[in-house]
Amino acid sequence: MADEVILLDFWASMFGMRVRVALAEKGVHYQYKEQDLWNKSPLLLQMNPIHKKIPVLIHNGKPICESLIIVQYIDEVWHDKAPLLPSDPYQRAQARFWADYVDKKLYDTGRKVWTTKGDEQEAGKKDFIEILKVLERELGDKPYFGGQSFGFVDISLVTFSCWFHAYETFGNLSIKKECPKLMAWVKRCKEKESVSKSLADEKKVLELLHTMRKNLGIE
Amino acid sequence: MEDELVLLDFWPSPFGMRVRIALAEKGIKYEATEEELFEQKSPLLLQMNPVQKKIPVLIHNGKPVCESLNIVQYIDQVWNHESPLLPSDPYQRSQARFWADYVDNKLFMALRKTMRWKDGEEQEAGKKELIESLKVLEGELGDKLYFNGESFGFVDLALVPLASWFYSLETRSGFSIEGECPKIISWTKRCLEKESVAKSLPDPRKVYDYLLERKKKYGF
Repeated sequence: MADEVILLDFWASMFGMRVRVALAEKGVHYQYKEQDLWNKSPLLLQMNPIHKKIPVLIHNGKPICESLIIVQYIDEVWHDKAPLLPSDPYQRAQARFWADYVDKKLYDTGRKVWTTKGDEQEAGKKDFIEILKVLERELGDKPYFGGQSFGFVDISLVTFSCWFHAYETFGNLSIKKECPKLMAWVKRCKEKESVSKSLADEKKVLELLHTMRKNLGIE
Repeated sequence: MEDELVLLDFWPSPFGMRVRIALAEKGIKYEATEEELFEQKSPLLLQMNPVQKKIPVLIHNGKPVCESLNIVQYIDQVWNHESPLLPSDPYQRSQARFWADYVDNKLFMALRKTMRWKDGEEQEAGKKELIESLKVLEGELGDKLYFNGESFGFVDLALVPLASWFYSLETRSGFSIEGECPKIISWTKRCLEKESVAKSLPDPRKVYDYLLERKKKYGF
């Protein structure tokens, strides 16, 4: 029996992109359903009644929510190809720690960079760069966070890269200057088809955030 | 070769309690050390968790694992011969992770707001969110014995440490958890019948005294 896999997503979401990358890595065929976040569909509300958020993966009718939980699920179900998490329990724990670090820290601080001004924005910028530097230190001289091969932590972070242009524009900062090794890692990841075809166009992301800033009264 | 296990902990921490329960469930021996979190953090803690500088940290043969739910999953994977904490089925596992994440992100966020000693909008909002979150969890529990079904598991472990804070919450906020969420209270009592839980949770009154003292000393 063929699997039915549906992804409820929003084109600009770095969280949704993580799932797209994971599915592409595993070569899973799925149906992509674009969601209007300002007018949520009955399907989304039925499949994620608790958080009402994307991404949601619907596998043979059963929903899985929260991007990193979905990625782990995908890794466990389609386990015969492209392992995303290490098999060693200690390495796995380290991978989960760093993906969790990205989750807890990066989005909210990044949000300060594009939604605030003045002192609050300066503080946000400082924290944002500091977090990227911590991640850059963790990467070290490895080709990927996972070591020799692309994996869970790489997936959790690389999808933010299509928002970097927006962060740089609104924050008046240069991520390349502050974190050159991280930008080299982004470039390396984008050489993978699963990544390049899953990331949103950074100019379109910038346009979206311009619109959202206007709606928020920031510009 | 015998395993060397050290747990950097702090007795009233619900996150530390999760790890204590997991280790007890698996019958694992370990050395417990108490961190004085609001005094000086020990060099060992800063060395073992330089990024977050928080407890709990499990040090297994010299290698640190941080973040309570991460540590519990690690324990479950390494000592996998008995008392499985997570389901073996990938879908059930994803659901367990989802609900544990809900406890961490919704419930504990609301808890922090509620425990603000200054009365006000934030505290009131926190109280409302806390009750709402507990009711959602109560709905998820349904008529099951445990969140995990017939046996105690990951989500039960993630949530039950909060029981040692119920007395403080009720006293601080003036609401009755049993009144709002009776099934949660009966589930708590069921969990406390397990030795691994009973010996890992501190006396709720001691937690309250600690919080009062913390308020006197540090204002929060």
